[in-house]
Amino acid sequence: MSIAATQKRGFGAFLWDYLTTVDHKKIAHLYLFGGGFFFLLGGIEALFIRIQLIKPENDFLSAGLYNEMITMHGTTMIFLAAMPLFLGLMNAIMPLQIGARDVAFPFLNSLGFWLFMFGGILLNCSWFLGGAPDAGWTSYAPLSIQSPGHGVDFYTLGLQISGAGTLMGGINFLVTIVTMRAPGMTYMRMPLFTWTTFVTSVLILFAFPALTVGLFLLMFDRMFDSAFFDVALGGNTVIWQHLFWIFGHPEVYILILPAFGLFSDIFSTFSKKRLFGYTAMVFATILIAFLGFMVWAHHMFTVGLGPVANSIFAIATMAIAVPTGIKIFNWLATMWGGSITINSAMLWALGFIPSFTIGGMTGVMLASAVADYQYHDTYFVVAHFHYVIVGGSVFGILAGIHYWYPKMFGRILHEGMGKAAFWIFLIGFNLTFFIQHFLGLMGMPRRYWVFLEDQGLDTGNLISTIGAFLMGVAVIILLINIIYTAVKGEKAPADPWDGRTLEWAIPSPPPFYNFKQTPLTRGLDPLWIEKTEGKGKMTPAEPLGDIHMPDGSILPFIMSLGFFVAGFGFIYQVDHSAWLLAVFAGIGTALICMLIRSLKDYHGYHIKKEDLEREAD
Amino acid sequence: MSHDHSLSPEVMPQEPEKATLEGKNKFFGLWFFLGGETVLFASFFGTYLALRNSTAGGPTSTDLFGLELVFIMTMLLLTSSLTSVYAMYHMKNNDFKKMQLWLAITAFLGMGFLGCEIYEFAHYIHEFGFTFRSSAFGSAFYTLVGFHGGHVVFGLSWLIALMVRNAKRGLNLYNAPKYYTFSLYWHFIDVVWVFIFTVVYLMGKVG
Repeated sequence: MSIAATQKRGFGAFLWDYLTTVDHKKIAHLYLFGGGFFFLLGGIEALFIRIQLIKPENDFLSAGLYNEMITMHGTTMIFLAAMPLFLGLMNAIMPLQIGARDVAFPFLNSLGFWLFMFGGILLNCSWFLGGAPDAGWTSYAPLSIQSPGHGVDFYTLGLQISGAGTLMGGINFLVTIVTMRAPGMTYMRMPLFTWTTFVTSVLILFAFPALTVGLFLLMFDRMFDSAFFDVALGGNTVIWQHLFWIFGHPEVYILILPAFGLFSDIFSTFSKKRLFGYTAMVFATILIAFLGFMVWAHHMFTVGLGPVANSIFAIATMAIAVPTGIKIFNWLATMWGGSITINSAMLWALGFIPSFTIGGMTGVMLASAVADYQYHDTYFVVAHFHYVIVGGSVFGILAGIHYWYPKMFGRILHEGMGKAAFWIFLIGFNLTFFIQHFLGLMGMPRRYWVFLEDQGLDTGNLISTIGAFLMGVAVIILLINIIYTAVKGEKAPADPWDGRTLEWAIPSPPPFYNFKQTPLTRGLDPLWIEKTEGKGKMTPAEPLGDIHMPDGSILPFIMSLGFFVAGFGFIYQVDHSAWLLAVFAGIGTALICMLIRSLKDYHGYHIKKEDLEREAD
Repeated sequence: MSHDHSLSPEVMPQEPEKATLEGKNKFFGLWFFLGGETVLFASFFGTYLALRNSTAGGPTSTDLFGLELVFIMTMLLLTSSLTSVYAMYHMKNNDFKKMQLWLAITAFLGMGFLGCEIYEFAHYIHEFGFTFRSSAFGSAFYTLVGFHGGHVVFGLSWLIALMVRNAKRGLNLYNAPKYYTFSLYWHFIDVVWVFIFTVVYLMGKVG
């Protein structure tokens, strides 16, 4: 789809197209746009935090506003930026990699996006309606119960709505991979990005319901006077911590596994070599996911669960370093002796290895329960999780965007700007967070609004703030690059990187039905096999025939809007019961949409064989 | 690939719910969904187990629960699961009328269960003053059992919508997966109730 062509149809038609689309490639655009928007928002919040901490006892932000900033920075980056951006890449690429024409549930796919978007908007409305949530992204009870105003209410409803969307996305990807792989695409021939999409979706499926329950309990305590976390009535605040981290720890693997997958694809493509240790990579992914559910209490070492529980969780946590190490060595071995191309996508991948290894190493340090009493809630922890989330997930997202931009939008991002952005970001990132390890070891606690002069923290914090601004500059260069590419970027051929997997076997951007004829997969790296055998293109697995396509629908948008309205109703019915009308109206709208969806038959439509024949290859 | 004319074949295939790709997707999708639901209820059960003795001086589980009513409820719901199996049996034999009949019986049993549950909650509130807000135990009890009840309500609405929508046109490959996924969901609700019966009521009475 070229942007110029759609604008000729008028902006209204363009908008309507995106509001009603069930095409996984357009939903991917929406995810990238939505996730990118929240990424910028979370980045601005980060800059505000760093400006406040640029010098001792600064008064740039008030204490309360600072709490809102740190809460919203964490919540936005994790739930509304990193995860949707990965969901966008998965949507764009995974169906292509398995040779599918669409996902299993196109309608649900659209609903998942709109729920995420409206949940994110609901959460951010809090800024304009009396203050954002201020109990930290972890929202520990009783702090979150005591927090005045409606901030934390927006947190519970906003995350509940967007979380439901993510869960739908997860189920959709799982079923797509189980039932819709092209002939010959066995599980052990799937590209690593598809594998990690699959495993990530399993994590989403089994982790998010715990958050759903936690958010319900918090919502009931705050809005309907239940007593889950009210100690006077027998409540127990540690329940929140357990539920949150039973979700929260798998969540960090939801954020990193897709990056592992796409780095595997990138290393293999740009080293011109088959991925080293493919089977071990798949096994390591599954093992990380499995162990990821066994380690949640390492976030709670200082709660007082006792030495036995702490030891078990400490050992389980350290065990995760083993499959992760397998992956690091396999990436290095993939490049070993390869014919390496270094471009911006590859640079992000290369930058990821040392950054993530540092983050993993401090992770093992934090896993020692005894030492953790010293590190807990200091900047050492802040440095650790930024090294894994920025050095892993964000580098992954940026690598993926550079790698697949030609496939998604039909144009190649400008290399010079890409490389400049990488180096500035890498330097800024290390300036910001490396020094924070030492600030933490010197005793600087996280989440504090100010620090005192002459405690040995002044220079470190100044350097950290300078680094944050460098990252900001790099993001601005990336934005300029995207605009430049949209206006006069180089047109992308079908296979700009001499790729190995199925997505490079079809035009850039792909036609809306993806594959004219479903391809036959003959092994791992199917396109590469055809290239080495001199054929250069995929063998069709079926004769040319009619293609069945799903109907577009506006219902997902309306349904999500219904939940959005109901969210406001729930938040404000505490002040005035008239707001219950909004609850009923909103939920009612959503239920009616569900009923329409259920009662109306959606048979889709067919693209005729003759029309396909007429199109040039 | 499914074509419209192939959705009502002369002879129904062995497994009409999985005969089309759409049907197979729905089948797997619902199974995965139930996996997520399992974690949802496991979290509610965990919360309940942590708070079941936190009565804050209010009524305890031994004071409240009467096993007679719970026994009736269990029987109603277990039987409704059995009748939905009969319905699916008739679906595979392409006997639409009998399938609708057994599903109607399923719906009535489900409504009976729901009626008992509403009576039970009303009884606790009026006789014992035991509410959602009485104690952490109260909050956990009504949330766990209430979420299950909410699932029953949703299941019944789903079933009735399906039965009414398809009453006149009979069974085909488009709606067979819809019926089948409903029956999976209904079994799941039943399994959750077996755990509620054990963990909440039996352990609450004698544990």
